[in-house]
Amino acid sequence: MTAMTEREAATAMTKRQPGPSLRGWFQDWLPRLVLAPSFLLVLVFVYGFNLWTLFLSFTSSKAFPTTNLIGFTNYLRLWNWTFETDPPSNWYTALVNMGLFGGLYIFFCLFLGLLLAILLDQKIRGEGILRPIYLYPLALSFIVTGTAWKLFLDPRIGLENALHDWGWTSFHFDWVVDPKMMIYCVAIAGIWQSSGFVMAMFLAGLRGVDGEILKAAQIDGASTYQTYRRIVIPMIRPVFFSALIVLAHMAIKSYDLVLSVTGKNPGGAAELPSTFMYSYTFTRNQMAIGSASAVIMLMTIAAIMVPYIYSETREQNR
Amino acid sequence: MSAADLVTSTPSRRGPGHSRTTRIVIYGLLFLFALVYLVPLLVMVMTSLKPLDEVTGGNMFALPRHLTFAPWSMAWGEARIGVSDTRGISGYFFNSVKMVVPAVLISTLLGALNGYVLTKWSFSGHKLVFGMMLFACFIPFQSVIIPMAVILGALGRIGVGLADLTGWSFGLGNATVNLVIVHVIYGLGFTTLFFRNYYAAFPSELVKAAMIDGASFFQIFRRILLPNSTPIIIVTVIYQFTNIWNDFLFGSTFAAGDTAPMTVALNNLVNTSTGVVEYNVNMAAAIIAAAPTLLVYVIAGRYFVRGLMAGAVKG
Repeated sequence: MTAMTEREAATAMTKRQPGPSLRGWFQDWLPRLVLAPSFLLVLVFVYGFNLWTLFLSFTSSKAFPTTNLIGFTNYLRLWNWTFETDPPSNWYTALVNMGLFGGLYIFFCLFLGLLLAILLDQKIRGEGILRPIYLYPLALSFIVTGTAWKLFLDPRIGLENALHDWGWTSFHFDWVVDPKMMIYCVAIAGIWQSSGFVMAMFLAGLRGVDGEILKAAQIDGASTYQTYRRIVIPMIRPVFFSALIVLAHMAIKSYDLVLSVTGKNPGGAAELPSTFMYSYTFTRNQMAIGSASAVIMLMTIAAIMVPYIYSETREQNR
Repeated sequence: MSAADLVTSTPSRRGPGHSRTTRIVIYGLLFLFALVYLVPLLVMVMTSLKPLDEVTGGNMFALPRHLTFAPWSMAWGEARIGVSDTRGISGYFFNSVKMVVPAVLISTLLGALNGYVLTKWSFSGHKLVFGMMLFACFIPFQSVIIPMAVILGALGRIGVGLADLTGWSFGLGNATVNLVIVHVIYGLGFTTLFFRNYYAAFPSELVKAAMIDGASFFQIFRRILLPNSTPIIIVTVIYQFTNIWNDFLFGSTFAAGDTAPMTVALNNLVNTSTGVVEYNVNMAAAIIAAAPTLLVYVIAGRYFVRGLMAGAVKG
């Protein structure tokens, strides 16, 4: 009798009939319980930490975090530094460099990426060899890229020296040791590293364009240039948008490339918001100022990414 | 066919025909750019095989006259990394290995489970949860690094306390453990994204049929989803491996001295050389630092590109 009921109970359990039993409740909630740790981690370590940094930016934290609130003082100081050009404040330099580096990096990555993608899309022999060559820098860390480009641009042994050796003795290229020009070297190394990726994005876009449309354009007598200018490039406009977002995001986050190309950013000549944040927080004991600059970086990225994520997820659902 | 497949598949035979001159210009440009991308790597390799006087006195494009592997053994075993450390980068290389293997495995497994729940056991509000997790992919790490430093410092003190009590710190305060934690957490957004998008296309009928047959949550995952996940597992593992191996910001902040990962050691090696810059040793060390990710790229470039595209385009 008892054995019977036990077996019945067991059958009922394996069938997992809905009921107020603890086991049934557990089974219903199991998926959510599996997801919960990850979600909690993100909640605490992403959202919680961002709020914590936001809080710190309103305190007078120096070497260690404090809870002494001082209002917008840190932001006011950054705001004043923004216009302090003579001598330039570190924050002013960081913002100017961000504009220079970001602008050059985004423009040339888009330009070279599109050019390479269009060239590769012309029924090329050996595309399978060329494409990986354009893409491999992506596998390298920015520190490796920076180390390589530092040698390459070093006037004593790099490009300048090599061209002198070949007889072009008037050639002069010492940007990497010139504080005023360092940021351009960072941009060169960055473009070298990332343009292949943009090429891949554009190539995917080009390959997705219907071949019939191109044929129709040809039959109508459009030249290759016209076909690209008026038909293909407008059709892949979403790729421009995606690439722009990704590049802007990478430019704002870039940190290690500056350090490795310039050799630890001597005198703050190649300062970017990312290096500014790090040095104020961890070496100059101005943690509150560092937090305020981090918040500004976060806001900038959020302003770029949130509408983008929103539109992307909406398109996916459609 | 995904966007990345369009890139890596064989090109279709279409598009306009070109005159001979145009073709020469196209091939010329493509070849020129290939050189621009390849030359820095070639110069790195050649420089690492030259004695120092040939580096400082010669042309960087010249082939080595006296081929030497001394810079490589120097970089691996004897180069100066820190003030007191002249044991080369080998120890740091293994620091990175010890960090990257658990971090990749844990974040990939969690991402797979999350993607499985979000697509096959979805509950009301699952879109919001996913959207919130996605944002983890895009935050600048500068905005979490101070709280992270505070928390890891506290964990370290707990670890010291535990070690006093029990003789073992349970890994708390260990730099490698810290970096694994950090990389798992900030990798969750991407791994969840990859698996969620992959499983969204996986037929739900199979899962439903298994449910009716009485298969449990984990049985369905292990017997039905996982065996069909090889491509996305490869993509995720490669993506995470490359990102974590190449990370510098977290490594330089949370792991000091002997416990630093490879990228930090390379940066220290390059910047602490006293007097003459030993470019040949620097280049050998840089190639060693780049070797694992380059190897992955050469072996599985197709999956590598697919991961990048998925992480960027469908972010």
